Amino acid sequence: MSFRMRAAVGERGVDASLDVGDGETLALLGPNGAGKSTLFDLAAGLVRADSGRAELDGRVLFDAASGEWLPPHARGVALLAQEPLLFPHLSVLDNVAFGPRASGVSRTDARTAAAHWLGEVDAVALAERRPAQLSGGQAQRVAVARALAAEPSLLLLDEPFAALDVAAAPALRRLLGRVLAGRTAIVITHEVLDAHLLADHVVVLEGGRVAEEGPTAALLERPRSRFAAGLAGLNLVRGPATAESALFVAGLGEVVGVVPAGDEAPSSGDDAVAVFRPADIAVFRPDDVPHGSPRNAWRAVVRELEPRGPQVRVHAASPGTALVADLTPAAAAELDLAPGTDVVLVVKAAAVALYAA
Amino acid sequence: MPASAPRDPAPAASRPRAATRAYSGLPRWIYIPAAAGALFVLIPFLGILARVDWLHFVPLITSASSLTALGLSLETALASTAACLVLGVPMALVLARGPVRGRRWLRSLVLLPLVLPPVVGGLALLYTFGRLGLVGRWLDVLGVHLAFTTTAVVMAQAFVSLPFLVVSLEGALRTAGGRYEAVAATLGAAPTHVFRRVTLPLVLPGLASGLVLAFARSLGEFGATLTFAGSLEGVTRTLPLEVYLQREVDPDAAVALALVLVVVAAAVVGVAYGRRVDRAAGA
Repeated sequence: MSFRMRAAVGERGVDASLDVGDGETLALLGPNGAGKSTLFDLAAGLVRADSGRAELDGRVLFDAASGEWLPPHARGVALLAQEPLLFPHLSVLDNVAFGPRASGVSRTDARTAAAHWLGEVDAVALAERRPAQLSGGQAQRVAVARALAAEPSLLLLDEPFAALDVAAAPALRRLLGRVLAGRTAIVITHEVLDAHLLADHVVVLEGGRVAEEGPTAALLERPRSRFAAGLAGLNLVRGPATAESALFVAGLGEVVGVVPAGDEAPSSGDDAVAVFRPADIAVFRPDDVPHGSPRNAWRAVVRELEPRGPQVRVHAASPGTALVADLTPAAAAELDLAPGTDVVLVVKAAAVALYAA
Repeated sequence: MPASAPRDPAPAASRPRAATRAYSGLPRWIYIPAAAGALFVLIPFLGILARVDWLHFVPLITSASSLTALGLSLETALASTAACLVLGVPMALVLARGPVRGRRWLRSLVLLPLVLPPVVGGLALLYTFGRLGLVGRWLDVLGVHLAFTTTAVVMAQAFVSLPFLVVSLEGALRTAGGRYEAVAATLGAAPTHVFRRVTLPLVLPGLASGLVLAFARSLGEFGATLTFAGSLEGVTRTLPLEVYLQREVDPDAAVALALVLVVVAAAVVGVAYGRRVDRAAGA
């Protein structure tokens, strides 16, 4: 049940390809408006592509060149949206039985199947209720069961936790982790945790294009797009390599780092990225910057201070680059930081991972 | 616009029940013209009630011609409501959801009978389906004569009632949106299955109120019927025509029959409205 799609929709500025192996789960990440939901609509058949082609399990879902186009109900692609969208006029059991009924299964058999899938999501007790009588978390669980009961070849989950309160999300996350195992699925998420827990591969979409893709752990550890770096909680800067372990960033200057073992060193002049943790940045006032071991020191201006658990996150910018640094509240107070303060950001070269973009 | 308030598909249980406790924000003076308007509608009914000859009420409304007219009215109104159901539901669906060009023009056209004087509608029907009409002359060749038949009554009623159903249902369809249908399709349901199992149940309240409005409008149809179908007792003389006729010869009978029309109309609206209140409270 592998899924492969390349599609472009001009009016939405989307042109991207997705590739999901049999039984794999792909996490689709990206800022709002990057075109993630449009890709889902394309795969489900709710939007037509200007160009491109999609195949699921060897079947052609659409092919703009030849004009082939399967209607949504014939695709075997189930879509689970942010909101559960349970049919309000049907009981929970009949909601879950909807897919089997639609495929021509008898009422009794459909209900038996529905009861089975409700069991899978621990919702058997809710069977006789109306959707209006469910909490948000319960409704989303039932929606998962309903999607699974349709026995889709491809399951699309569009931010399944977005509409849930904080208390209900972990249970559903565990549940999805269980039911997605061995299933071909794509999940849109803003949470790096979801990507780690649910997905084998990650695709980062920016401005309708694929910014980067790769195995989840590797991509989040060595991101190459700002978005993925932000998700992973890392600073990322990009520029041409000036040496094997240095690159030049406009507005910041030279960035010296270390090429991690197993990563490709950039050739001089090629695009490279440098990645480092906010906690590895030390913040100084311009007049008392220490000198010593190989380190980076960049001038920047504080833009914003943001309390973040036991720490203070300093958003600092130099022309063209924005970085974040984590300090203790005491250090931040001692430095007397405020938006507009000139600072020097210092990072040891050993704390900067540098690799080819 | 006679558009009903389409009930949204959101669960009835989540509605606030104690509406009287909420701050309404209405200026106080607004109640004066509102009350005047209510009285303006109510008092004429009292006027009719006051004029009814109660002593002879039962004989008046059970006279042969009255019963014939009442029976014909109910029959034709039901038939035209059925016609509205068969034609109007698809029209509303296409207008609300279909990928149609010139939707606004199409809608204006469909709603035309709503604002047209019924006499004009009757004339239009006559010059279309009458013996010498645009379509009628061909039907005549086939031996089909529509004008001045009971079928003509049904046609006249359907012509003026159709917009009521279309407007009401289209509003309900728009409010419901197409998201449930999209979900249903991705669950493997073909369009007809989605229509039967998702769309229709979701807009049932809107459909019901549209049907009630169409039935009530059919029941009261006068101008188009008289023009296109005439006033033949037992064939085309419906209750409103009978009332108008009796007004000249026997005002007491006219008033009694008018009251019957009022009661039937009130019952129709009451039944539909009452049922919806029950649904809202009992869901």
